[in-house]
Amino acid sequence: MSTFYFIAFLSIFFSILVISAKNPVHSILYLILTFFTFTIHYILLNAQFLAIVNFIVYMGAILVLFLYTLMLINLNKESEPVKPFMIKIAAVFGGGILAVALVSSLKSLGASDPVVLKNPELGLVKNLGKILFNEFLLPFEVSSVLLLSAMVGAVLLATKDPKETKATI
Amino acid sequence: MDSLTNTIQAVPLNHYILLSAIIFSIGVMGVLLRRNAIVIFMSVELMLNSVNLLLAAFSVYRGDAAGQVFVFFIMALAAAEVAVGLAIIVMIYRNTNSVDINVLNRLKW
Repeated sequence: MSTFYFIAFLSIFFSILVISAKNPVHSILYLILTFFTFTIHYILLNAQFLAIVNFIVYMGAILVLFLYTLMLINLNKESEPVKPFMIKIAAVFGGGILAVALVSSLKSLGASDPVVLKNPELGLVKNLGKILFNEFLLPFEVSSVLLLSAMVGAVLLATKDPKETKATI
Repeated sequence: MDSLTNTIQAVPLNHYILLSAIIFSIGVMGVLLRRNAIVIFMSVELMLNSVNLLLAAFSVYRGDAAGQVFVFFIMALAAAEVAVGLAIIVMIYRNTNSVDINVLNRLKW
């Protein structure tokens, strides 16, 4: 039980560091640690498939993509834009108001039952694969079209227009 | 693995909702606080992840595997979104030489 609270504390701590770090590279490294704590949460819930997918897709693919983009853009600390102090206060206040609203609406629910793993096979690859390829077969196939279109779109956006470069030369 | 998952059994569902709400609010704060487009993207990822965790917790609570399949789809969606979004950021950087979102105010009025 205390494992959950310790990992939850680490998640909140690192996610605060993500938004408060001045250097964007440090932000990304703290985000990797945050996602690692999320992976531990999934393991604690016995969602083994999600833990592995979170580890590979988020920490492996998405954050490496972030780091590569940051490398291409070549930001340094001097170019980091700084907001005025009053706007920062207003932003923290707005986020805090949202948190208070969510938590106070949670209070009206009253005490809840503990999370109990009724079926230990729930989050295993075998069980999820059966559901994914029976009930969710159409969304699964449609998501492949989504990924293809995202790939084509990213390549199209990131490559320079050949006509434009010829005109500038 | 059994001894590890047995430790979770006493955690109330409310605490999972509380954790996700706090991390979601931190993500919202990050979007409002920062002007660097990449850090704003990372805050959006944080929000997506907090919702993923809550979906997984509800899925275990109800004993229904559909929640975990949803998380899988959200992850596929996030991968696509990040690829397109970062391509747009690289494009913006080529055109304006910065990733400050305050430069991009032509559509504001």
